[in-house]
Amino acid sequence: SVSDKGVRPLSLAGHVGFDSLPDQLVNKSICQGFCFNILCIGETGIGKSTLMDTLFNTNFENFESSHFEPQVKLRAQTYDLQESNVRLRLTVVNTVGFGDQMNKQESYQPVVDYIDRQFESYLQEELKIKRSLHNYHDSRVHACLYFISPSGHSLKSLDLVTMKKLDSKVNIIPVIAKADTISKSELHKFKIKIMSELVSNGVQIYQFPLDDETVAKVNTTMNGHLPFAVVGSTEEVSVGNKMVKARQYPWGVVQVENENHCDFVKLREMLICVNMEDLREQTHTRHYELYRRCKLEEMGFKDTDPECKPVSLQQTYEAKRQEFLVELQKREDEMRQMFVQRVKEKEAELKEAERELQSRFEHLKRIHADEKATLEEKKRLLDEDQSSFSKRRAAAQLLQAQSLTANGKKDKDRKK
Amino acid sequence: MQKGKLTGLRATEKQYVGFATLPNQVHRKSVKKGFDFTLMVAGESGMGKSTLVNSLFLTDLYKDRKLLNAEERINQTVEIIKHTVDIEEKGVKLKLTIVDTPGFGDAVNNNECWKPITDYIDQQFEQYFRDESGLNRKNIQDNRVHCCLYFIPPFGHGLRPVDVEFMKALHEKVNIIPLIAKADCLTPNEIKKLKDRIREEIDKFGIKVYQFPECDSDEDEEFKQLDKELKECTPFAVIGSNTVVEARGQRVRGRLYPWGIVEGKFTNKFLCSVENQSHCDFVKLRNMLIRSHMHDLKDVTCDVHYENYRAQCIQEMTSKLAQDNRMESPIPILPLSTPDVDTEKLIKMKDEELKRMQEMLNKMQQQMHDKEQ
Repeated sequence: SVSDKGVRPLSLAGHVGFDSLPDQLVNKSICQGFCFNILCIGETGIGKSTLMDTLFNTNFENFESSHFEPQVKLRAQTYDLQESNVRLRLTVVNTVGFGDQMNKQESYQPVVDYIDRQFESYLQEELKIKRSLHNYHDSRVHACLYFISPSGHSLKSLDLVTMKKLDSKVNIIPVIAKADTISKSELHKFKIKIMSELVSNGVQIYQFPLDDETVAKVNTTMNGHLPFAVVGSTEEVSVGNKMVKARQYPWGVVQVENENHCDFVKLREMLICVNMEDLREQTHTRHYELYRRCKLEEMGFKDTDPECKPVSLQQTYEAKRQEFLVELQKREDEMRQMFVQRVKEKEAELKEAERELQSRFEHLKRIHADEKATLEEKKRLLDEDQSSFSKRRAAAQLLQAQSLTANGKKDKDRKK
Repeated sequence: MQKGKLTGLRATEKQYVGFATLPNQVHRKSVKKGFDFTLMVAGESGMGKSTLVNSLFLTDLYKDRKLLNAEERINQTVEIIKHTVDIEEKGVKLKLTIVDTPGFGDAVNNNECWKPITDYIDQQFEQYFRDESGLNRKNIQDNRVHCCLYFIPPFGHGLRPVDVEFMKALHEKVNIIPLIAKADCLTPNEIKKLKDRIREEIDKFGIKVYQFPECDSDEDEEFKQLDKELKECTPFAVIGSNTVVEARGQRVRGRLYPWGIVEGKFTNKFLCSVENQSHCDFVKLRNMLIRSHMHDLKDVTCDVHYENYRAQCIQEMTSKLAQDNRMESPIPILPLSTPDVDTEKLIKMKDEELKRMQEMLNKMQQQMHDKEQ
């Protein structure tokens, strides 16, 4: 038996050295490399690819999509980036054709399916007997940038519907795209309207975490600036004596990294510099766990059985598997039966049709025979008539001939 | 009015007749009568339609309007709202009607969202047709839509399915003038690229937008050049503004942004002016719509779109009458309703059976005939 005396603090007489633990962790993770997956949702042409290029200071392979896609699709591309000695495996997933269809009721579905598929992959790996989670390429979506069109009034109906479907599955960070079309006063009103619409419809967007004192202050400020009004550009314009990323208009130059012009810097700070690790953590501990629990409950797993004793996952899993196989077999038998039944029915139908056809044929044959008989009768009568007539004619002719010869004799007699 | 030419004519005439004053008479009467114009604006919410209308007519038409939330717009149907105002300038009176189409393209399912709009246009045609055919035609009100400004969002790569379907549903009923909305989010290169793309797609999809009439061959070169520039500038990329800003000693209608360079120096604010032709095509649109082509828009509506509607209407009426007449003829005819698919299939089956029966009968007769031989 083990006696547990409880936990008590201990003071150290000198420097032990375990304060290097975080460094050891950091070294290990640097060796392993990091992985981050961003999902960008927004209408065609709204600037998703340009913003990604601007954020990560590279030129990802971008395709200009058509507005005439019949359905929403997702395109994922993975890149290996490096900054000083830190390696990042970045996956950027973009929606294709989002917002273009006439009927957008199903537009959210491909996005939800994609997110769920990544969760499912991870779950499958986790449930394996022989698994290698430390090698596993985590494809779960860590951050979702939702691009809001800068109409200046409010969210679009599609935005609301989509974000509601996603807020329990992924960390949503809404951004106002192409924000250089909105003047400062309009922007303030627009942001307030958007946030109030999200709140009143119960949409849970990602909040920058406040539990760590070192970043709580900056995160609180940033939370108040949501949604970030961004401008993206990979082109450079000379301003003063520098070349900066900017957009040049006839009436001025919008500098991407000027905080007076747009919130790009804030987004980069929050998304990449300060909270990237928290986004990954939230995805794993909150969104993934929710998915896992729902999925397992759906399959019939419980943490405790009806007698409130803990149940082994493996046992339940095997039991479920057997059940499933039995069910499959039953269905197969049912379908086979139904098939046989249908064949029989069809056969019967065809036989019936054949019989009907046969009886009609007989009927017509009878009618034909009757008609034929009638006609033959008529013919016979006609023939009789004809023969009696010819007989009579012959008799008449004979009579005539006889009377002629008789007359001839008389004449002869008279002449003598 | 080409007064210059007329005086030239008069100079060569020996005897003075006086009909050269006709244009003046027309002018005088038209001023007395007043004009009317119906303009429809269509496009998604947030494209700046109301702001543009206010900027065009330098007034505030939308003082107390209420905008819907995103939630309310999920299942929104399209409404038609008319605003009619009487405006006057230098003695010329204009009864201006703006037809708004709130809700267009805003719902999640936008299938056939233009139907209320085409129905509205047809209703006005129908009403005019009835009035025109009536006995008392003294005070006919012309509510027909003379022009439809369609706002295309500048955020995409070109036309979207909803744009194509809307314009195709309306291009034979009303003069469509497509506009690129909120053009202040595009750099000059981007504007050119988008315009080219849209013109290409309008051609490709066979959309008939309003064409400026060819200018007379005897117009002067400057006019012809302006006309050419105007035509190459479509679709117009517009910006609207409800605010008049004080900048560099001037009062300008425009949008104030927190960035900008003026004369090589940084300033905190710079003005995107609605009326600056290098900033957007607002001036071109205004000149075209109001100052030069307003009457042509009305003429095309009356002479082309309305006449098409009328001809179609009459044709439908006469074909219906012909149908009714046929029903009363002494010869019994099959019912005019086309049989549904199932009945047709049955009829076909029976036909084939009869054919088979007939063949069997023929064969039997042949056999009997052969037996007799």
